[in-house]
Amino acid sequence: MKPPPFEYHAPRSVAEAMEVLAAAGPEGKVLAGGQSLIPLLNMRLVAPGHLVDVNRLTELDTVEAEPGGVRVGALARHARVERSAGAAAAQPLLRQALRLVAHPVIRNRGTVVGSLVHADPAAELPAVLALLGGSVRLARPGAVRDVPAAGFFTGPLESAAEPGELAVSAFFPALGPRCGTAFHEVARRHGDYALAGVAALVSLDDGLRVTAARAVCVSAGPVPVVVDVTGHVAGTSPAVVSGAAVSGAAGTGTSGAGAFADGWAAAARAVAGRVEPEDDIHASAAYRRHLTCVLAERALREAAASAADDVGTRR
Amino acid sequence: MTTRLFGEPVPRREDPRLLTGRGRYLDDLGAGALEAAFVRSPHARARILDIDVSAAIEVEGLVAIYTWEDLPEEVGAPLPLLIPHPALTRGRTARPLARDVVRHVGEPVVMVVARDRYLAEDACALIRVDYEPAEAVVGVEEATRSARLVHDDVPGNVGAHLVQEVPSAAGLGAREAIDAAPHTLSFRLDIERSASMPLEGRGVYARWDADDRSLRIYSSTQTSTSVRMAVAARLGLPLTKVEVIAPDVGGGFGVKIVHPWPEEVLVPWAAMLLGREVKWTEDRREHFVSSAHERAQVQHVRVGFDDAGRVLGLDVTILHDHGAYTPYGIIVPIITATQLPGPYRLGAYRVEFSSVYTNTVQVTPYRGAGRPQAAFCMERTMDRIAAHLGLDRTAVREANFIQPDEFPYDQGLTFQDGRPLIYDSGDYPESLRMLKELIGWDSFGELRARAAAEGRRLGIGLGCYVEGTGVGPYEGGHVQITSDGRVHVSTGLTSQGQGHETAFAQIAAAELGVPLERVSVVTGDTRRFGYAVGTFASRAAVMSGNAIALACRRVREKALRIAADALEADPGDLEIVDGEVRVAGTPGVAVPLATVAVLANPLRYAFDAETARATQFAGTPSPDRPPVAEGEEPGLEGRDYYSPIRSTFASGMHAAIVETDPLTAEIRVLRYAVVHDCGNLVNPMIVEGQIHGGVAQGVGGALYERMVYDEHGQLLNASFMDFLMPYVTEVPRIETAHLRTPSPLNPLGIKGAGEAGVIPVSAVIASAVEDAEGIRIDRMPISPSELFDLRRAAG
Repeated sequence: MKPPPFEYHAPRSVAEAMEVLAAAGPEGKVLAGGQSLIPLLNMRLVAPGHLVDVNRLTELDTVEAEPGGVRVGALARHARVERSAGAAAAQPLLRQALRLVAHPVIRNRGTVVGSLVHADPAAELPAVLALLGGSVRLARPGAVRDVPAAGFFTGPLESAAEPGELAVSAFFPALGPRCGTAFHEVARRHGDYALAGVAALVSLDDGLRVTAARAVCVSAGPVPVVVDVTGHVAGTSPAVVSGAAVSGAAGTGTSGAGAFADGWAAAARAVAGRVEPEDDIHASAAYRRHLTCVLAERALREAAASAADDVGTRR
Repeated sequence: MTTRLFGEPVPRREDPRLLTGRGRYLDDLGAGALEAAFVRSPHARARILDIDVSAAIEVEGLVAIYTWEDLPEEVGAPLPLLIPHPALTRGRTARPLARDVVRHVGEPVVMVVARDRYLAEDACALIRVDYEPAEAVVGVEEATRSARLVHDDVPGNVGAHLVQEVPSAAGLGAREAIDAAPHTLSFRLDIERSASMPLEGRGVYARWDADDRSLRIYSSTQTSTSVRMAVAARLGLPLTKVEVIAPDVGGGFGVKIVHPWPEEVLVPWAAMLLGREVKWTEDRREHFVSSAHERAQVQHVRVGFDDAGRVLGLDVTILHDHGAYTPYGIIVPIITATQLPGPYRLGAYRVEFSSVYTNTVQVTPYRGAGRPQAAFCMERTMDRIAAHLGLDRTAVREANFIQPDEFPYDQGLTFQDGRPLIYDSGDYPESLRMLKELIGWDSFGELRARAAAEGRRLGIGLGCYVEGTGVGPYEGGHVQITSDGRVHVSTGLTSQGQGHETAFAQIAAAELGVPLERVSVVTGDTRRFGYAVGTFASRAAVMSGNAIALACRRVREKALRIAADALEADPGDLEIVDGEVRVAGTPGVAVPLATVAVLANPLRYAFDAETARATQFAGTPSPDRPPVAEGEEPGLEGRDYYSPIRSTFASGMHAAIVETDPLTAEIRVLRYAVVHDCGNLVNPMIVEGQIHGGVAQGVGGALYERMVYDEHGQLLNASFMDFLMPYVTEVPRIETAHLRTPSPLNPLGIKGAGEAGVIPVSAVIASAVEDAEGIRIDRMPISPSELFDLRRAAG
């Protein structure tokens, strides 16, 4: 378990990094936190001719509030973003998701942008970017482009980043008013990739009626699967959003707390109906689909409750 | 008075070193040595047609490439079958490098030596081995049915078959007793593969001294003395020219008792041939596919019992998956078969096993060594009987316990040491009483009802076992007190984190009456102690602990004899306190052990003021006697051995409360309670640590770990990403209580504790999940996905 030979580059500036990457072309690979790349190298599953280590590019170690969202630089570690009060205030789903990313020692090294570019459909951050409709900024000498999440994840471990491009940052839109988020997962062990996981984003109007509800699933297909379930819950009564109906124990999907609860159950079923899990050594596809349904209902209800709290706070 | 050291929870003296990165493990040694890497078979069953190394030869830094054809006959011969047994009629072992056939994925085919491991792996990647693959034999049942053979000359893939039968007191065979019983049940149980999986894999580092024609080997092993003998024999070296040292070893759990590994032969051989230091450090992927696994068995059970749940007859047929080779004989299935009766007096017992070859990694003992399977079988049987009769599960066990006045209790079986399986001591009813109190067995109904009211689902389970520990043939101890008053203890068996530096020092300090700080302990170094068996089978404390105590008693006796001369006192009036020999009750009349050590070694040459006291003009006690009296030896030291007539039997009972999520089917262990009896405790903190570690591995085996082979014999989860060892977040807090029934078999009255924690865990968790769910659990481990499937099947 030693990597095959490669040429190592440690550029001192973003400009230099872009030049090196451009010169390396398809043979170039960026090393940031290394939490996925190093094991792949050691198992000789990848053999890039050039490794471009960006760890000296401190100018990319940034977490900045921008109008309408949070921009995370390519060298910002998971742990830094997780602990950033500004990021959490602007978009609470970031912290909710990062707590589920592996273990603290991995979060101390791994980077948010690295996880996005790695584009593992079992990972949390691609799902978050997809749910929020964020984007990734890709740069090459003389050209910068922002690729929206919807077009960024192109397949398992495949992204729109092209050879020679450096992902310099990612943008996560802020949480809107009267909105709430939640992220629920089931993993075999604490910190493992999830067997199933669902993040939800729910928006209410001032009368606590649902105006939009979306969910995204991890480990559910080749890329993060975003499902709009607004149709199942739009305009439904606010009265039962918070309180007992939201606490996780409720609902096998059929335990009716009135039409509203049925709406969430139907929404959860709709989410589960959209995923394409596969059997693997840890769980059957049927179980993963079942879990997705359970977790979707939990996440959607919790997101709705959080949105209702936000409305309450604003009043 | 000195602190009473034996039995005290003395903090482990090795921990500061091991926990702050100052341990010296195999890979910490030999910086600058050449490094080896291996080309291993990607096929489970294949013929080797050709090996082409031409491209690899171009790699810069390459030193050597060896295939089987390059090995001298004695090096390339099949590795030893370590423990022959009459029932193992078709034992088979691998060659260090495959000759013409490979029998599992991971079998070594080519050895590469290069300037470093990176280059060695680069060269490996360029070696082309041309295979003719064949369909693999995977799974014990398929192996017995299949026309495909793992070894061409082993029909039916059965390497060994053994039946043991103990008739009832009335002379009925088990099958007759079952047929005549008021109630009978029959069922099938399955246990999947797991593995020792030490965090440090195997490793060997060899130095050949061409001038001295001597070889020093460092190996991450559980038996340095036996590696020494095996390698010396293979390489044709005089035993006195080979030293083997086990440095700090990062866990063994059984896998490192197997020896000599292919690499343990090949690395020293290459070092001699090349005249260079050579090292090989196993990586994780290699450990998964090239070391050893354990556990997998299919068990068919038939039991007959009366209205009280007393077992009148038990008949168990076991298919044991032995993987591709049997280097460690059939110890694992023998232990399953003979430890299965546990703490119970069975009316009649018959057990039969077939040890079956498959195209998978070989099976050798892993902590528990066949006992977890035995406990699973017996305890699932007890739960079935309870369910059938509508009795409390503890009541059925109580009805079957061997009673405290029945010891020594002869189970009528032949144990893994070839000796009668006779329990030396124990108190099973008391152990169960303590367990029920610890876990709150009788009040669990209320807890369950309260949880149910909150929509939560709880279950409780238990499991009992008896463990033969301290297996022979012997261990030895050497104790030397030097003229600086230091006490040097050595024993030949090795340490893999058990805390021997502490526990053995406690024994020596207590026996000799010296402060603990003055005692140092060396293990696993053949330069210090050449005769030993090894560290396995919960035997180190029993075997070396007692040997060291006996050696200390010799030293103590000699010290008193010499001090008596010096103090002009009767040896019987002397005591040793705080490193001083004193006349009891006469303060001030004393001589330090350091001085006794000086006096014990008559000298011609002084090198300091202290040793001057032993020189020839310093006033010899008597000019008429030789300086070293007849029957005496110079020096204050002693050596002794402990060789037990048979094993001593520890026991334990565990209980757990689990919660199963009604929606997600996740299984969480809320409480885990252990009552443990290993006789007298040398250090209760170390015993508890052993139990905690064992339970953690047991939880792994019950809920997380499995070796997933596909039908082609490919191991699908050969990494820590997919082989799920529990993290600390998955291991429950463990509550322990100790019962002490000292062993009458050894001077210290101790029994082994190393494997205790792991043995009943799968049985306990199965019992608890079954209780929570009302669904029969007869296969372990169990995952949430499988529980989900079971729920669906149960409707």
